[in-house]
Amino acid sequence: MTDSPDPTTDAHAPRGLSRRGLLGLAGAGVAGLGLGIAGDRVALAAAASSAGAGAVYPFYQKHQAGIVTPAQDRLHFAAFDVTDGTSRAELIELLQDWTVAAAAMTAGKDIGDYGAVSGPYDAPPEDTGEAVGLPPAGLTITFGFGPSLFQTAAGVDRFGLAARRPADLVELPHFPGDMLEEAGSGGDLCIQACANDPQIAVHAIRNLSRIAFGRAAIRWSQLGFGRTSSTSTSQATPRNLFGFKDGTANIKAEEPAAVTEHLWVGANDGPAWLAGGSYLVARRIRMTIETWDRSSLREQEGVIGRTKGEGAPLSGGTEFTEPDFTLAGRADQPLIDTAAHVRLAHPAQNDGIRILRRGYNFVDGNDALGRLDAGLFFISFQRTPASFTTVQLNLARNDALNEYIRHVGSALFAVPPGASEGSYVGAGLFA
Amino acid sequence: MRARLLPLVAVTAAGLLALTGCVANATATDSPKGALTVDSSADACAVSAAEAPSGNLSFAVTNSGDQVTEFYLLAEDGLRIVGEVENIGPGLSRDLVVQLAPGTYLTTCKPGMVGDGIDKTTFTVTDSGNDVAVDADLDAQVEVANSNYAAYVRDQVAQLLTGTQSFADAYLAGDDDTARALYAGTRAHWERVETVAESFGDLDPQLDLREADLEEGQDWTGWHAIEKDLWPADAEAGFTAYTPEQRQNLADLLVADTTTLNEKVQDLDFTLSQQTNGAIGLLDEVATGKVTGEEEFWSHTDLWDFQANIDGAKVLYAGVRDILLEEDADLAAELDTEFDALQVLLDAERIGDGFTLYTDLTSAEIKAFADQVNALGEPLNQLTATLVL
Repeated sequence: MTDSPDPTTDAHAPRGLSRRGLLGLAGAGVAGLGLGIAGDRVALAAAASSAGAGAVYPFYQKHQAGIVTPAQDRLHFAAFDVTDGTSRAELIELLQDWTVAAAAMTAGKDIGDYGAVSGPYDAPPEDTGEAVGLPPAGLTITFGFGPSLFQTAAGVDRFGLAARRPADLVELPHFPGDMLEEAGSGGDLCIQACANDPQIAVHAIRNLSRIAFGRAAIRWSQLGFGRTSSTSTSQATPRNLFGFKDGTANIKAEEPAAVTEHLWVGANDGPAWLAGGSYLVARRIRMTIETWDRSSLREQEGVIGRTKGEGAPLSGGTEFTEPDFTLAGRADQPLIDTAAHVRLAHPAQNDGIRILRRGYNFVDGNDALGRLDAGLFFISFQRTPASFTTVQLNLARNDALNEYIRHVGSALFAVPPGASEGSYVGAGLFA
Repeated sequence: MRARLLPLVAVTAAGLLALTGCVANATATDSPKGALTVDSSADACAVSAAEAPSGNLSFAVTNSGDQVTEFYLLAEDGLRIVGEVENIGPGLSRDLVVQLAPGTYLTTCKPGMVGDGIDKTTFTVTDSGNDVAVDADLDAQVEVANSNYAAYVRDQVAQLLTGTQSFADAYLAGDDDTARALYAGTRAHWERVETVAESFGDLDPQLDLREADLEEGQDWTGWHAIEKDLWPADAEAGFTAYTPEQRQNLADLLVADTTTLNEKVQDLDFTLSQQTNGAIGLLDEVATGKVTGEEEFWSHTDLWDFQANIDGAKVLYAGVRDILLEEDADLAAELDTEFDALQVLLDAERIGDGFTLYTDLTSAEIKAFADQVNALGEPLNQLTATLVL
């Protein structure tokens, strides 16, 4: 890999990182020939043992991976703001660089031509290296565009995109009880990295943010240590930090009709560049778990509307039995309370609306009061943000669970369709 | 301030929370050693054993029928209910944990929740040698606690109404200094009975909604809307003082809604679980809203509310304390200690007939409050399970 470096070659750009993406390394004249030689972790980690460790999801697909992909166990999510002074061309170049790096990392490879442990001895390694020796771990990297990318709050159209903004891509309304923190909300761009190994997810965001330096910077980010929903019938339903199964009635990849109807933006829904994409809503939901933990089992099951053990609706049956919201118990009160979470979130109470939830548990240390800074990092994908808004308004008004949660972060992103090989994520937007 | 299930739905005996100590995750749902099972089917109520030793017993009741069912453990006379679980949906299981003295009992199920119960079967509790507390005159004690608490609620709301009228008069007269001086002390009457006051549908949001709880386009009324007008220092840029018409409207609604509240509390009855859960709910209010300084966002008089919530919880606790002494004297001693410790912290912040503003507390002082609320909250939340059978 060190033979015949050609100092005049700079023809790698279409398939490799741009000059800036390689942090000046490519400009030093060593690019091009190393492609494919950089650490190939797929080969290195053939003997991986943990479940899902060896899974590989192709990056170049019709729809971006990380949506109907069976929800991985770990998350690192980051929202970025494009740096002042960045041009439209530089923004496109960033997306191209991100695309190339994402394709490499999801395939289990280091980024760059030389990867983590090779290359010029006096240059910093292209890849940060903490994933060396680890399997791909089912890594998916999903990109989105926030409303402010198209037009800032002050009305500035930085990149000539205002006219291409989907009508639906506007800031979410204030919901009752929202206590949003500005520093943990919004963003021009987002990257959702999911994997079955936390180090793999962190490695992805770390390297993508490094590539972005000078063009975009992290506005806020969130680690998730355990999935709280299943997106495939092949997966068991996990539990959130309230100790309840979450996402039993989620849209599953095995429901093609529901996926088409509720998840993907249709060809006639809005701008053509977003067809086959989706909308991502992220909400950082803090749980006051200390108070929850000392509430009675009666209260807990009543608030959720399901049993804590099996996850069956209180109207009876097993986990996947449809709730019977009319079945009454003593004093003619419905077994599933009128303010129970499962009732208010159910499609039957929301004009048949369904969303694909893909949230994660988080615990980010503690707050100044000595309480765990814990909760649910809620992520949902839907064909239109109105789906989320309808359900969330219903919940914010009436949900008994509001006593134990507060929404402290919020963001909305348009998720473009997948990129084809040789192109880049979001290319349609700039065409 | 927000929806709460417990005080409204807990009308009868509670299914108790069994504290099982360290149990491996994988086996936590298995029945504890010696536990009894009950199969409630369409036409039978099959208990896994006909007798058991005295002490704590656990019945895992499974509904194998297709109607909602109930399980009852009756005294020998077949009338007095010793323990029950209700509202078990088809296919579901729920535990009944009871402490039983030696003697003869009856078990029965009530599929469909109608009739006298089916498959009444004798259940014998043999003497294990462990002492079991026997309720002497529980019903009478509960009734005394109930009528005392109902009188307390009426008195507090009556004082709230009087205070609200004075507050509204000062606010309307433009005497903002007087209105500010009356604000926290008047609201204390509300906060003392907050779990009762907020159980009346729309009255709670009309009277006590915080600005963050609004949805877009919703009218903001009640105490906190006026609070912002009286303490505009922390308001957003561009906030303008309310017009006389706005003041008139807000003051009129405040008095009218409080008058309605006063009417609604005249004929209240409280079961034992509503009393114990009321105390728990008041401390939850402290933990989520007051200790964080979110309740009084403009006036920063959160400690007044804090003290008032604790006052109300103490009244509820005092009402049932004699019963608790018989059931679990250790828990009573622990609650006495933790209530006292919390009061010491509050007393340290007294200034005149009020308190330090929340914004003047140090982070260490706030942390100490939060820690003590947790220290009190854990034993307090055992109260319902300990008393209600």
